[in-house]
Amino acid sequence: MKLHEHQAKTIFADAGIPVPDSRLATTVDEALDAVDEIGYPAAIKAQVHVGGRGKAGGIKIATDREEAEQYAEEILGMDLKGYTVDSVLVEAGVDFVDELYVGVTMDRGAGEPVLMVSTEGGVNIEEVAEETPDAIAREHVDPAFGLHPYQARKVVYEAGVDADVALDVASILTTLYDLYEENDASEIEVNPVMITGDRDVIAADAVMNIDEDALFRQPELAELAEESYEDDLERKAGEYGFDYVRLSGNVGIIGNGAGLVMTTLDLVDYYGGKPANFLDIGGGAKAERVTKALDMVFSDPNVDSVVFNIFGGITRGDEVAKGINEALAEFDEIPKPVVVRLAGTNAEEGMEILNTDLIEVEETLEDAVQRAVKNAEEVTQ
Amino acid sequence: MSIFVDDDTRVVVQGITGGEGKFHAGQMIEYGTNVVAGAVPGKGGQEVAGVPVYDTVDEAVEAENADASVIFVPPAFAGDAIFEALDTDLDLAVAITEGIPTQDMAKVNKRLTETDTRLIGPNCPGIITPGEAKLGILPGNIFADGNVGLVSRSGTLTYQVVDNLTERGLGQSTAIGIGGDPIIGTSFIDALEAFEADGDTDAVVMCGEIGGEDEEQAAKFIGEHMDTPVAGFIAGRTAPPGKRMGHAGAIVSGSGTGTAQSKIDALNDAGVPVGDTPEEVADHVEDFL
Repeated sequence: MKLHEHQAKTIFADAGIPVPDSRLATTVDEALDAVDEIGYPAAIKAQVHVGGRGKAGGIKIATDREEAEQYAEEILGMDLKGYTVDSVLVEAGVDFVDELYVGVTMDRGAGEPVLMVSTEGGVNIEEVAEETPDAIAREHVDPAFGLHPYQARKVVYEAGVDADVALDVASILTTLYDLYEENDASEIEVNPVMITGDRDVIAADAVMNIDEDALFRQPELAELAEESYEDDLERKAGEYGFDYVRLSGNVGIIGNGAGLVMTTLDLVDYYGGKPANFLDIGGGAKAERVTKALDMVFSDPNVDSVVFNIFGGITRGDEVAKGINEALAEFDEIPKPVVVRLAGTNAEEGMEILNTDLIEVEETLEDAVQRAVKNAEEVTQ
Repeated sequence: MSIFVDDDTRVVVQGITGGEGKFHAGQMIEYGTNVVAGAVPGKGGQEVAGVPVYDTVDEAVEAENADASVIFVPPAFAGDAIFEALDTDLDLAVAITEGIPTQDMAKVNKRLTETDTRLIGPNCPGIITPGEAKLGILPGNIFADGNVGLVSRSGTLTYQVVDNLTERGLGQSTAIGIGGDPIIGTSFIDALEAFEADGDTDAVVMCGEIGGEDEEQAAKFIGEHMDTPVAGFIAGRTAPPGKRMGHAGAIVSGSGTGTAQSKIDALNDAGVPVGDTPEEVADHVEDFL
């Protein structure tokens, strides 16, 4: 789960990390009130979960009231890589002489958190990592002991941060690690940390991602998660407890188990179709969940055809068939063609009770996907 | 022969009094697994699925000589349950639980380096040696005894591939689901190394998915250390970057690491044919044998 910049900065500020003065605004008037208080120059920053906001036109620096009004009008409501901007962060501009990158993330391979510091901040750090990996200093943290403060100092000096601000940067890094642990973060990144002419150290941006599996013990962050859905279907999936990802094609996909659903997506693509979504109904799904899943995919205007693929382990084919029958009972005519394939536990019992008046049935995964792709082609012709 | 589990394995089920624990303890016993005890704090003295329940894993080991555990404990308590299994010096712990916080697993991972216990999972379907023992939730009826080893990050995808194999008469020596989380106990390489050393495994299927670099490292291992032929499958070719595809670990990073293509290329470079469909994987295995 990704926090918005303003949410992460509130957490930073509460922990004592210096951040620029800022206000959140959802209207142009609110944005103007904010700049009146903060002064110029002021940054107007779109609050959406999209990387590269600056390049995409989602961050502008206003030097007077006229510009502030113009930029707030432009950015509020704009479409940024498919997401509508509902709010902007109005933030005091920082007069900086240097920019650093600092971050804490989980190193999957090592199974340990790792601190990262680079003096090449302010740019795309992924490119730095790719092209000049040595420009990023790293320090692994033993999760059983937590961070020793010397480790933060060590990695900051190793990165070549100027000596007069090194201890301030190390102190920020130590606090970031505490926040990483306390909030069950999966990643915290500040890019850039700005160094001013007066040698002040300020966190000018904030990326904070939370481990979704830990939200049960982070009730305040779980509330923020509720607010952070940016897509109605994703919100609905969240309510139903489905793993759901929206894609750009027109073949709706429902299945059980992440690997098999991904494989079904890949086969749709392999046979010349375009997947509209990833929807995993999970293990042991009962009839009611199956009904909800069909309802979700039917309600997606991009979907022209549906493939429903279940391989039962804990999930039972007869329960799935019951759910499909219940979902179909509402219709005299099916809203979108559906191909069903059931295999594994109780698949035969499921096939026996499945109401095949409105749906098509295939025995193998490959056949089911090919038929769904063909159905989608026929709809779009 | 087989790897990691056989009909001598004596199993304690942690969380046996819960819905899933109880159901699957019954299923494991029905399959022929030597389930000897359950362990649930506060439930010692009860009997579930025909086996005695103890308050601690330690007591279960003491009383029933258990040497392996299967963990069906909810995510909030699962990290603790894994520590209990590791600290009891079992040979094997299989964690089925999905949704354990990653920072809990980082601590577990640290302890793993200090014990001899093998951990499989978490967020996995378990392990089965057909005809001998199954530890986990895999549907026993689709497996058949044979000489193909299988290791996979996914549950239902494993079933799909096994189904394709069994239908052609290609039975399995052992099948392991290593789990879809970012931090797991047994890795692809651990399983591949064991299959390579197993005299009754004549071919191996490896099913990977997007996220992380385990498949790339496994490919390197295969190229350098394996004579047993391996066929591969990688799920998630169509996954967009930055989106978690169901499994916590199945995510292509914003910078483009962890892609399916990178894994397919690495496997191909190591001489491993990668199927475009599960059927094609079975074709490759048939060619090997």
